[in-house]
Amino acid sequence: MDRDAVATHIPRLRRYARALVGDRMLADDLVQDTLERALAKHHLWRPGSDLRAWLFSIMHSVYVNQVRARRPIAVPFDGSRDCGSTAEGAKRLEMRDLEAALAQLPAEQRAVVLLVGLEALTYADAAHALGVPIGTVMSRLSRGRERLRQLLSGARSMPSLKVVK
Amino acid sequence: MAAHVTEAELHAYADDVLPPARRNAVEAHLAGHQQDAERIRAWREQKAKLHAGFDPVLEEPLPERLAAMRLAPQVPRRAPLLAAAALLLAGIALGWLARGLTPVEPSPAAPTIARQAALAHAVYAPEVRHPVEVTAADHAHLVKWLSKRLGAELRVPSLAPLGFQLVGGRLLPGDAGPVAQFMYQDPRGQRLTLFVTRSSTNRDTSFRFSQEGRVAVLHWIDASLGYALSAELPREELAKLATRVHAELNP
Repeated sequence: MDRDAVATHIPRLRRYARALVGDRMLADDLVQDTLERALAKHHLWRPGSDLRAWLFSIMHSVYVNQVRARRPIAVPFDGSRDCGSTAEGAKRLEMRDLEAALAQLPAEQRAVVLLVGLEALTYADAAHALGVPIGTVMSRLSRGRERLRQLLSGARSMPSLKVVK
Repeated sequence: MAAHVTEAELHAYADDVLPPARRNAVEAHLAGHQQDAERIRAWREQKAKLHAGFDPVLEEPLPERLAAMRLAPQVPRRAPLLAAAALLLAGIALGWLARGLTPVEPSPAAPTIARQAALAHAVYAPEVRHPVEVTAADHAHLVKWLSKRLGAELRVPSLAPLGFQLVGGRLLPGDAGPVAQFMYQDPRGQRLTLFVTRSSTNRDTSFRFSQEGRVAVLHWIDASLGYALSAELPREELAKLATRVHAELNP
């Protein structure tokens, strides 16, 4: 496995981790743990298979272990970010709503919604990354998208504290 | 009348991955089911929001700790190999330096390629777990990948009639750019490596022999590519193999 090849995926691993975890530092911790594990286990990668899907599968197992280790951290929204009625301020509000809605999704649904909707993994690759059958991916996708739709349409009633698992 | 449309098909439609054969059926269904059409619109909007919200992460400079991982050198973990790798790098550096200092272009007989090939052989031939980066099982991918990196169409000679099976290949740094190393193995576990690099000269040469410690090397230039065949084998045996390699490369 080529270290350079792994490096090209770092930005996308960060994007996914940020959306999954919410907090910037925690997300980069997750990326770092994922990269370390990938480099230590590079012999498990099947040459010719999709490196990105493999990296997402490693990130998923690292993430699940962290969640299992029960390290819930409450991340208060930074009030200073919601400023003003400018276009920039409106964008930030929208982002806040999106982050809050994502945080309220069950973790397993959030992962599928993000892998498919943000990272454009095929359903099969998402199933592989999460270690579940494709039918499970489809049902989580369906429930996750529906829940997100409801959350985003009623976003104004969001609590101002989210729990990052 | 549209055939039954599943929930999964609605998602596939929203994700633009529905097979074309089913697209009409889904569109017919949506025309008659406003609620589903609205859901698909909302799902697509979710995707757009996710990208608008998180794509900027792609443009952020990497934090120090992640950038450092990217730049860390890839070194084998075991100490003897570490030393061998250092030797390999030193050899390459020396070769490169010598190149810079020599006023005339090194002749094709210059043992740089032989020395590099022998070092690379010494580093990777004893490897038990990771002798190659891409195994022979992925033959087409292996050839395509290394050809792309070298910028030349490579061929992998078959040495099976002489008892050597292809194990796979890897990419290495060389003083003239990337180098491909193909590894073969016979039933006794004897390993043979074929080192292929772009040549700085266009002159073809005949086989040249060089002994680097226990590793015997036969090297030659053919059609702008430099080849070096290395093994811990007697010269005559290696010559037989090199003749076969040459014949395979020039059918």
